[in-house]
Amino acid sequence: MSKKTKKKTTKRKSSKKKWARVDGRKPDELRPLNIESGVIPNADGSAYIEMGRNKIIVGVYGPREMHPKRFSKPNRGVLRCRYHMAPFSVDPRRSPAPSRRDQEISMVITDAIEPALFLERYPRSVIDVYAEIIEADGGTRCASINAAAVALADAGIPMKDLVSSCAAGKYDGKIVLDLGDYEDKKGESDVPVAYLPKIGEVTLLQMEGIMTQEETEKCIELAIEGCKQVYEAQKEALKKKYGMVEEAEEKAEEKEQETGEEETVEEEEEE
Amino acid sequence: MSNTIVSRLKRKKITDVLATGKRMDGRDLLQYRDWEIKTNFLAKSEGSAEVRLGKTHVVVGVKVDVGHPFEDTPDAGVMMVNAEYTPAAHPTWEPGPPSDDAIELARVVDRGLRAAEILDMEKLGLVSGEKVQMIFIDLYVLNYDGNLIDACSAGALAALTTADAPKFKVSKEEEVEKTDKTEKLKLKAHPVAVTVCKIGDSLIVDPTYDEEEVKDGRITITVDENGNLNAIQKRGAVGFTVDEIKKCINIASEKAAEIRAIALAGE
Repeated sequence: MSKKTKKKTTKRKSSKKKWARVDGRKPDELRPLNIESGVIPNADGSAYIEMGRNKIIVGVYGPREMHPKRFSKPNRGVLRCRYHMAPFSVDPRRSPAPSRRDQEISMVITDAIEPALFLERYPRSVIDVYAEIIEADGGTRCASINAAAVALADAGIPMKDLVSSCAAGKYDGKIVLDLGDYEDKKGESDVPVAYLPKIGEVTLLQMEGIMTQEETEKCIELAIEGCKQVYEAQKEALKKKYGMVEEAEEKAEEKEQETGEEETVEEEEEE
Repeated sequence: MSNTIVSRLKRKKITDVLATGKRMDGRDLLQYRDWEIKTNFLAKSEGSAEVRLGKTHVVVGVKVDVGHPFEDTPDAGVMMVNAEYTPAAHPTWEPGPPSDDAIELARVVDRGLRAAEILDMEKLGLVSGEKVQMIFIDLYVLNYDGNLIDACSAGALAALTTADAPKFKVSKEEEVEKTDKTEKLKLKAHPVAVTVCKIGDSLIVDPTYDEEEVKDGRITITVDENGNLNAIQKRGAVGFTVDEIKKCINIASEKAAEIRAIALAGE
């Protein structure tokens, strides 16, 4: 019994002093974020992201010939993003057929990424971006955009900027960053945002819930701050792969010193 | 379409006129076309609204029925919004499964109503886990001349406020029976959507088909009667600066009251 009373008093104290989120994060703290590029050998570019417990893999193919042809444009390329959730990514199991939700998200993701590309350079072609949600934990559209941007860069497609995305929302009366599944479902509102950090433009903006105008604007601004943090992680993921290339070159140089074969070095550099 | 030669010429013409502070049809940048909303004009549906916004013409039908609840909400009623792009409404629309735009229209209107908690879903339950009231809202586009989201959202609100929903009787054997009595649906909020279009540097409301065709992007904002925002949807392969977004939100907050008054006039 004494334990119980002790607990109560500590609880009261803490609720006055500190307000904590479900997972103990600060209001402006992102979930653990890990991005890896070049994870699908067959794809022209690819990335894998873990944002909280979201697990998403993105493959990029193209620019390549558009099929079916009637969807191609004579004067520019087309970006085609497909957002798809695996049947086992949520509980209970969902049908693998694309839902209306999937279709809408595919559209807004395309809108979010397209401003970063030079599509006018690829007439009659298509760039396909396939995002597969392996596990969903709230904020999958943002995580998909983050991985897709890294995968496009990994594919060597010229970009004006990376696209970084993060949501903010209102949970338990507070404006918080990067809502997890629980906060997303139980919270008052959710504002996913995608941002071009160098250009300073918002390319994805949605909102659902009940918030005043002021709160909404605060959410957008907080989400942009989150996007900037994501941007660093995205650059890191690309540098990591680039770093590996450097390592490979170093190894090749060592090899060259050992064997004196110049041809192998050239091949390595081309890759 | 916005990159074919014809629409590039069209875009130039439209942006040139916008630069003078007027529109092709003589309107101001932030002026809606004339609204005409007729409610309860269909005998066989519980609620209905016919909306004419300039040449845009949509019919919204509200049907109330009995059905199964979702597993995770055994006592909550179900609200469904569906949009139909009828092939009669535009030369480029064809019969077939709903296009991406039709899906978006339904989902954005749905999101606005749902997020505003327009209906108390828990009050629509009949037999727990077995039977609940289903509210179907069907958006039927009969002529397309731009700005479908605003027209449909105002129509949905008008149709819901004037709907005569049947009263249901639940017997001891948990049989649900439709009675002859009707009652109005109890709406907890009155959300309406305002779409702000970006063409070049100009922000306009209520775009026509031509303006939609040459637009860069748009932001739809749903606002309730207390000035709270309920839903936002940005479309178009273009970025908005934070300042532009704030301007859009201000425009929407201002215009929403105007549209709400028109949508609720038939009440």
